[in-house]
Amino acid sequence: MAALLDVKNLGISFGGLRAVNGFDISIEKEQLYGLIGPNGAGKTTVFNLLTGVYKPDAGKVILDGQDITGKKTIDISKAGIARTFQNIRLFSKLSVLDNVKVGLHNKHHYSTIEGILRLHGYRKVEKEMNEQAMELLKVFDLADHADYLASNLPYGQQRRLEIARALATEPKLLLLDEPAAGMNPNETGELMEMIQFVREKFHMTILLIEHDMKLVSGICEKLTVLNFGEVLAQGDTASVLNDPQVITAYLGE
Amino acid sequence: MRDRMKKIKNMNKNTKSNLITYGIVIVAFLVMQTLISTGSISSLLEGLMVPLCIYIILAVSLNLVVGILGELSLGHAGFMCAGAFSSAFFSKCMKDVIENGTLRFILALLIGIAVAAVFGIIIGIPVLRLKGDYLAIVTLAFGEIIKNLVNVVFIGKDANGFHFSTKDVMDLNMELDGEVIVNGPQGITGTPQDSTFFIGVVLILITLFIVINLVNSRDGRAIMAIRDNRIAAESVGINITKYKLMAFTISAALAGGAGVLYAHNLSTLTANTNNFGYNMSINILVFVVLGGIGNIRGSMIAAVILTLLPEMLRGLSDYRMLIYAIVLILMMLFNWAPKSIEWREKYLSFGKKKKEAVK
Repeated sequence: MAALLDVKNLGISFGGLRAVNGFDISIEKEQLYGLIGPNGAGKTTVFNLLTGVYKPDAGKVILDGQDITGKKTIDISKAGIARTFQNIRLFSKLSVLDNVKVGLHNKHHYSTIEGILRLHGYRKVEKEMNEQAMELLKVFDLADHADYLASNLPYGQQRRLEIARALATEPKLLLLDEPAAGMNPNETGELMEMIQFVREKFHMTILLIEHDMKLVSGICEKLTVLNFGEVLAQGDTASVLNDPQVITAYLGE
Repeated sequence: MRDRMKKIKNMNKNTKSNLITYGIVIVAFLVMQTLISTGSISSLLEGLMVPLCIYIILAVSLNLVVGILGELSLGHAGFMCAGAFSSAFFSKCMKDVIENGTLRFILALLIGIAVAAVFGIIIGIPVLRLKGDYLAIVTLAFGEIIKNLVNVVFIGKDANGFHFSTKDVMDLNMELDGEVIVNGPQGITGTPQDSTFFIGVVLILITLFIVINLVNSRDGRAIMAIRDNRIAAESVGINITKYKLMAFTISAALAGGAGVLYAHNLSTLTANTNNFGYNMSINILVFVVLGGIGNIRGSMIAAVILTLLPEMLRGLSDYRMLIYAIVLILMMLFNWAPKSIEWREKYLSFGKKKKEAVK
């Protein structure tokens, strides 16, 4: 089976600093893949390269047979990569429902004129959008809070809403940037269940960055360890976590 | 009838709040119209009705950029100027061709709006790459440029057609029967005075309709998403440039509509600091800020209070501006102080709604 995401030799420099160098990764469909590494290793930079926030100066990114190297964020989103952010980025002054509806933006269309004049197309499409968004909110247990402002949700629910919004774009690949950051062990446990549930329900391929080793060893099938912008180890979770090199990088000599 | 009641009950809060906004405008119009027709209102105040409509349209349209798009624009009077001069030019040329005042005004309105929208696009493309203070400064400059441009334009018309100059009237080289239409700093004189209070209110309603429906549509959500978090909006595939430009252009077009109303309310149209300069732009921004950024009904109310107040206080002569300043401060406190917001949420229902979904 051809890999869903195939990245070869990806690299970028900021001034004299080689932030990511020779990064390879290959993710199969419906795989749960973990990207770990010490602080400053370049994990989020990899995400930013994959989603077009930065343009790579070397390498190739192939998503489902389509070359998306160096494309713009909008085009990559349309090609099928959605992401969440390390520091939550919701549309804070919009309602929970509207946050998800913004995620549905490119899946449903009507013209500006139809929208202003409230023509048939507007009513029909808005109804579809509402139904679809509510369905997603139900999956994430947020349906009761649909009218709340996103900024008024508690932290854990904000994280869930961000994932719901990302899924609304109907991606092929979901990137989660430290989904468990700032969560207590209980919440992390719930999150693990939810990530697995999302994978099964939506047949989603997921790449996640995480520091919480319990979460990583609990749900990730494969791991890539990044250190100083280069791949240190790659392979099955158990074998990677027992690699002496990886242990040294995390704990020091 | 029962069905209708049910329908009203089931309507979501937003729709209800919007209907209240339209209702306020219509009721205010009917009350003022009755007062005017029974003669229980001073002619000074009566003359203020059309300018009031103009200010309301400007405040609501600027709110689209400042409140909904979240960018500070200080060139709003410039777009109003573009709409005013283009429509006045058209009306003066067509004064004898199109006898029907209503038809002529509608055409002038469309032209004014279109010209202002074109200015909005031309200025918006370079300017919207900037953010915050930089955007404010550059829009301020463009607003002044538009105002100064119309001050050096001379256009005349004679049997041979139109003549154009940037120097003076003599430079137009017209035949003896030629008529000067745009006379540089003297502006345009003899525009037909087609603006009425009724037309003004209709334009307010149209402006409200466009802004409110835009905000509650797919495009409006995209615009507000950009305001709340540009990076996240981009990551879900929203075209930032397109939607920023859309909000900016629609706002400019609506300001152009206000300009048309302005041009057809006076017999002489000139561009100076007070009507199309930065004084005006900042005045409009004051309406928006005091009415509550992003709150459309609020900017309407602020525009009414702050326009009527100086006139009402004319009797107090020297103390007039002092009281005006105090009212500004009080409105600021009422709108933004945490204690006051708390109080409003407790006792006024519309405050509660605002918390749930700022639209």
